[in-house]
Amino acid sequence: MSARDLNLRVWRGDGSGGDFVNYTVPVEEGEVVLDAIHRLQATQASDLAVRWNCKAGKCGSCSAEINGKPGLMCMTRLSSFEPGETITVTPMRTFPVVRDLVTDVTFNFEKARQVPAFAPPSDNKGGKFRMAQVDVERSQEFRKCIECFLCQNTCHVIRDHEENKPAFAGPRFFIRHAELDMHPLDTVDRQPMVQEDHGLGFCNITKCCTDVCPEHIKITDNAIIPMKERVVDRKYDPLVFLGSKIGLFKSTTRQQVGPAGGLGPSPIKHPAPPTPVAVPEPVKRAAAAKRTAAKQAAPAKKTTAAKKATPVRKAAAKKTAAKAASATRRRSTR
Amino acid sequence: MAAVSNGAQSATEVHDYDVVVIGAGGSGLRAAIAAHESGARTAIVTKSLLGKAHTVMAEGGIAASMGNVWPEDNWQVHFRDTMRGGKMLNNWRMAQLHAQEAPERVWELEEWGALFDRTKEGKISQRDFGGHRYARLAHVGDRTGLEMIRTLQQRAVELGIDVYMECTITQLLKAGGAGRAGNRIAGAFGYWRETGSFIQLNAPSVVLATGGIGKSFKVTSNSWEYTGDGHALALQAGASLINMEFVQFHPTGMVWPLSVRGLLITESVRGEGGVLRNSDGKRFMFDYITDYFKAETADNEEEADRWYDDHINNRRPPELLPRDEVARAINSEIKAGRGSPHGGVYLDIASRRSAADIHKRLPSMYHQFKELADVDITKEPMEVAPTCHYVMGGVEVDADTQAATVDGLYAVGECSGGMHGSNRLGGNSLSDLLVFGKRAGESAAAYAKKSTRRPVAPVAQVNAAAEAALAPFGRKAGENAFTIQHELQEMMFSLVGIIRTGKEMKQALKDIAALKKRAEAVSVEGGRAYNPGWHTALDLRSMLQVSESIARAALERTESRGGHTRDDYPLTDPDWGKVNLIVTETPQGAVKITRKALPKMPADLAKLFEEPKK
Ligand SMILES: Cc1cc2nc3c(=O)[nH]c(=O)nc-3n(C[C@H](O)[C@H](O)[C@H](O)COP(=O)(O)OP(=O)(O)OC[C@H]3O[C@@H](n4cnc5c(N)ncnc54)[C@H](O)[C@@H]3O)c2cc1C
Ligand code: SF4
Ligand code: SF4
Ligand code: FES
Repeated sequence: MSARDLNLRVWRGDGSGGDFVNYTVPVEEGEVVLDAIHRLQATQASDLAVRWNCKAGKCGSCSAEINGKPGLMCMTRLSSFEPGETITVTPMRTFPVVRDLVTDVTFNFEKARQVPAFAPPSDNKGGKFRMAQVDVERSQEFRKCIECFLCQNTCHVIRDHEENKPAFAGPRFFIRHAELDMHPLDTVDRQPMVQEDHGLGFCNITKCCTDVCPEHIKITDNAIIPMKERVVDRKYDPLVFLGSKIGLFKSTTRQQVGPAGGLGPSPIKHPAPPTPVAVPEPVKRAAAAKRTAAKQAAPAKKTTAAKKATPVRKAAAKKTAAKAASATRRRSTR
Repeated sequence: MAAVSNGAQSATEVHDYDVVVIGAGGSGLRAAIAAHESGARTAIVTKSLLGKAHTVMAEGGIAASMGNVWPEDNWQVHFRDTMRGGKMLNNWRMAQLHAQEAPERVWELEEWGALFDRTKEGKISQRDFGGHRYARLAHVGDRTGLEMIRTLQQRAVELGIDVYMECTITQLLKAGGAGRAGNRIAGAFGYWRETGSFIQLNAPSVVLATGGIGKSFKVTSNSWEYTGDGHALALQAGASLINMEFVQFHPTGMVWPLSVRGLLITESVRGEGGVLRNSDGKRFMFDYITDYFKAETADNEEEADRWYDDHINNRRPPELLPRDEVARAINSEIKAGRGSPHGGVYLDIASRRSAADIHKRLPSMYHQFKELADVDITKEPMEVAPTCHYVMGGVEVDADTQAATVDGLYAVGECSGGMHGSNRLGGNSLSDLLVFGKRAGESAAAYAKKSTRRPVAPVAQVNAAAEAALAPFGRKAGENAFTIQHELQEMMFSLVGIIRTGKEMKQALKDIAALKKRAEAVSVEGGRAYNPGWHTALDLRSMLQVSESIARAALERTESRGGHTRDDYPLTDPDWGKVNLIVTETPQGAVKITRKALPKMPADLAKLFEEPKK
């Protein structure tokens, strides 16, 4: 049980900027980067922001860049570095910084919404499903995804090009499309959608996403390339062309959704911006009472009013600031 | 009604719903889906991001008597196994509903896109687990929880249910008065982790789905989220808890390296043929078969090994006894000096199954050991020891509706109590989440629909909640919250852990009182935005209250049963088999224990236990 001192360089700051802070923290044999960060938090920097849950590589919360390499902090062992080496930990670069090592990964949750859900044939009820193990295995590989978003973070299409974000779902969601496409019982035609609305065409098969996937999912070989091939086949196969006209093949049963598609307001909520108005006490009470009265009068039926009024995205300014910050970080890392 | 100030101090945004579900694990998501489908305006609130709740870590499977592998299986057998596993202290009605409805809830997941492993006929495959008479657990390799949470998450997103991520609830709001004084639930109050700003969610129905309490123990398979918030919120709102003395120590946690101590090794390793050995290489579980399970447990290796292929003519291996039995056995072996170098025993699958089988059936276990401990489980045995895993105790609820004892409050999943009695069988939690998640969501929606007058929490209550949350910032030079948290964890593990004595628990209660005092003086540095020091300071209140509930109930129950083992009262006492312990909060904020008779099981169900045992 040999304890030793580890030198850590941790990026600290928020959307408005930040810098590296050097720490020395005692570590023990067998520990991972997250252990060192936790010890730091418990003993020297109690407000150091970091996400984690399982500490076992199962939840995909603790993604960061360790010495510039995207990875899970809980699965990166300290013994994989040279003794005496300083370890630099920075937040994922592709997403806006919230604070310290925590980034705003809303992008991914919004992209998730755009993938039409699994749609089995309406007469095929659960319990009646019969699928061979070999037929589900291909999709099962993609369902191993722990949504760490490291592949999203690494893909150069959005890592260096903020402007591509609206039109590009990213590798995590290419495998989601592939998973559903390969599901033996799904009825939605997903191929044109992936190509035209979700930006499969942007991908030039660099395989960087596969390299960082902690679940070792063969994102490029098993999902992206097969989908690209099928999209191409379909485009040029006259029979398929005819088939899609006369309805021989899977058809889109749901609304066409893409980045521009009519999905309605996002159900993913964010903190409301601070309310600057300081109303004198009695007026506040009256206003509250009035609202309460209005609430009581309103029938409790489903309404989207509440959703509409909520600002669903962070201010663009914040993102720009974060980008600038990450640019600084980039410079200082290299 | 969004994002307006409610007139409270320090700007609080306000939203209105019919049903607010606190927790986005399996139970919370299932409840929210049910509430939404019943027509209620529904919100989900979670401390973490969507898809990261504890449910994601579940490995082994979901118990449901679908009979895909053993057609002999049915709900009565599942019911019987569950009750016997819980040493008959379970709420019989919950155990019955659970056994009856689990298969349908699993099939429903499949309709929503879950891809379980298959049998040769193409049905959902089912695997063996401790305490289950037949292979009963629907699974996907050893990442069943991930499949379940992803399926439910994708369903909830498809339905467009509002989600408040990284948002922590610190207090339940009540109409008519705060805490115990109020008469019905009016909503929930909390803060956004990202900004530290406050949020108030008004709703006539609130469903607690906050999971467990394991973070109060040093060696645990549980994450930072498991601070028992739901348990504490319920107590403070005037509801009661049940069975809090029963904490499950999973027999097989990792012991080495230190950094992963407590990390779970799924019971599937034993379900797939793994066996436990001591330092002499002896398969010691044969020495620990209690009378209660003698009739159904193999007493020699040959019979035990035959059982994997023939459940009908052989009895189950003792490695697959319920968890409390196995955990105690491992503990005794280690104490007797027959442990492994790092203070565990050996769990051996390498010598029993081919490397290919292990890769196929236990891929994430292979991974976990390879990457975190440099151990290749296809070649070497694992070192294991018990780890705090699950709390059987939780909010006392009505069996059919999951309604707590406060109007408008519901509880479901690990934070509810009763279903598992004194010990939960593996796989019975995931099914519990689904069965009662649906029921809770539906009844919460029905209650909201029925309440024509929306309850309103007075502004003063919201102000007080905000003040309490900000208090640690106002104190200077107090202790760091992490220090107190660590001390609590050490203390609970050594004094109220797997083996308990009256003397130690009295000491524990004293220590808790002292820690409470210190917790009230904790101060935090930094600002309100994403500040873990502050978050931990606020979590302490729940952790301490839950720890006190466990210690008091455990001191009161002077017998050993399931997840409660007393060195000073080693026997199971039939009289204690007729009572549940109920925990409530006193006006001074302490916890109080009362006894309550177990509900009586109807004759037709009681008959199931009279069957001639094999
Ligand atoms: C490693 C491991 C393996 C397991 N394997 C199995 C298995 O194979 N089979 C089985 O049946 N069971 C298993 N279990 C048990 C089972 O996974 C859990 O009991 C179950 O997932 C709990 O689900 P839940 O919905 O009650 O809570 P969770 O999934 O834990 O969700 C709790 C939710 O509540 C939220 N929350 C908590 N407090 C607050 C607050 N104050 N404000 C807002 N949100 C809050 C959290 O953020 C989270 O979203 C396992 C458990 C562990 C730890
Ligand atoms: S293979 Fe495609 S998706 Fe993956 S990183 Fe490269 S460009 Fe991005
Ligand atoms: S595909 Fe792999 S890298 Fe991408 S989010 Fe999923 S687990 Fe992470
Ligand atoms: S903490 Fe869950 S993946 Fe690292």
